[in-house]
Amino acid sequence: MSDYTRDEMMTVAAARLLADGQVCFVGIGLPSAACNLARLTHAPKLVLIYESGTIGTRPTVLPLSIGDGELAETAVCVVPLPEIFSDYLQAGRVDVGFLGAAQIDRFGNLNSTVIGSYEKPRTRLPGAGGATEIAAHARQVFIVMKATPRSFVPKIDFQTSGGHFSGRAASGARGGGPAVIVTDLGILKPLVGSKEFALSVLYPGIPVEEARAAVGWPLAVAPEIETIAAPTASELVVLRALEARTEAAHRKPVRLPI
Amino acid sequence: MTQFLPLRDALAEHVPDGACIALEGFTHLIPFAAGHELIRQGRRGLHLVRMTPDLIYDQLIGAGAARKLTFSWGGNPGVGSLHRLRDAVEQGWPGPLELNEQTHAGMAAAYRAGAARLPFGMLRGYIGTDLSSHNPRIRKVACPYTGEELATVPAINPDVTILHAQRADRAGNVAIDGIVGSAREAALAATKLLVTVEEIVEAMPPAMNNVLLPHFTVTAVSHCPGGAWPSYAQGYYSRDNDFYLRWDSIARDRAAFTAWIDRHVRGTADHRDFLASIQRSAA
Repeated sequence: MSDYTRDEMMTVAAARLLADGQVCFVGIGLPSAACNLARLTHAPKLVLIYESGTIGTRPTVLPLSIGDGELAETAVCVVPLPEIFSDYLQAGRVDVGFLGAAQIDRFGNLNSTVIGSYEKPRTRLPGAGGATEIAAHARQVFIVMKATPRSFVPKIDFQTSGGHFSGRAASGARGGGPAVIVTDLGILKPLVGSKEFALSVLYPGIPVEEARAAVGWPLAVAPEIETIAAPTASELVVLRALEARTEAAHRKPVRLPI
Repeated sequence: MTQFLPLRDALAEHVPDGACIALEGFTHLIPFAAGHELIRQGRRGLHLVRMTPDLIYDQLIGAGAARKLTFSWGGNPGVGSLHRLRDAVEQGWPGPLELNEQTHAGMAAAYRAGAARLPFGMLRGYIGTDLSSHNPRIRKVACPYTGEELATVPAINPDVTILHAQRADRAGNVAIDGIVGSAREAALAATKLLVTVEEIVEAMPPAMNNVLLPHFTVTAVSHCPGGAWPSYAQGYYSRDNDFYLRWDSIARDRAAFTAWIDRHVRGTADHRDFLASIQRSAA
């Protein structure tokens, strides 16, 4: 099947990285789509944790917010938020944490706080939320971001969450840091030694030059670039049905509690 | 003794200008009716505390009620920016807003410490972030047993925490079902606890493990059906995701925002009237 969008390829590529049985700390948007696609295809025993406190949730539609009722209704259990961060994430019980941001550098450090200076920002962004501690403590971090020179920058304006920053090993961070950056063109992985992210996987039909042009620093290229398969028919059917159910659910008018 | 008061009287009696208040509820059970009533009563100089400011603090900030914000994630979930929060930080409109910015894990630890009346919360956190160099309240302590350096945050002890819950009984016990966020910790960290509820029942079944705040922790209960809209109350009504999407264009523009607040909040007598006003404008 060749008729798919780059967003779909990106979601499928992220989903395929998840192994059955892993415990995933999920964010809203594309990570949520990727995790649920994996759960509905090759990884039925994937355990999804949303920071609102829902553990083992199996939503039939994707949530708009991190705390939609759907997540609680389909969860194995719902725990207080402080417990999620201290007793699950900090305690080392999360295999994979998903993160995105407004800016990223070549070591996978992320900015979701401000553009400009912290004291007088040009653009005030939402801030850290759960990201800083996910970046520190999830066994692996999967970063999911569309590649543009505006977001893949030589120097981020503010470091909200640490990637492979210098001193990470002695910092108290228990997790391994970012393992992949999944973009809409391909996947970057850290080089052995320097930990700088290099182009390692390309999606079908994407030339290396397009990927390099989408990144605001001279993008390193791995010794061997892998090409992964296009989304399969069954992956697309499941993903599109999930998105159609989600759209219909979000469009459904809510009766005012009056 | 838990008081049973109309919301208007509960806020008039317990929330003075300049108070440090936490309106908690993580996406679920956000006490919108209470926030709106504070705007109606023209409260000023508040220190607002909430992990996710959400639309409720966007409204209080834009209405000029706030001087300071303690928070850990300030966006419109799944939609984008909180434009009134951004305008206050970027342009100082309608007034300057001091920020005490945390991470979710840090703020959760600060609430837990506050609930236990400990001076600070501790976590293995604020690692690899610039946040600690911009917020002098985030510090470090050495573990007395291993020497490991751990992050600390001062306990959060609001003057008043305000929650919305599904049920209270006649004794003033409060029950919450579904996503609880940091509601319990924020409640027990505060000097006073005000709760608006969907329903007041004669007596509740034994609580087992669902979240219950016993009556002696509850200062006042106000019956306020629909008090969490446009967020939701599990078992009563769903989150109005469409309103969260529409808020983006209402809040983007100062004049449109002020017109919305004047019409639906300042121009209504109470929460029932507010919901009727929203319903009329949607018709």
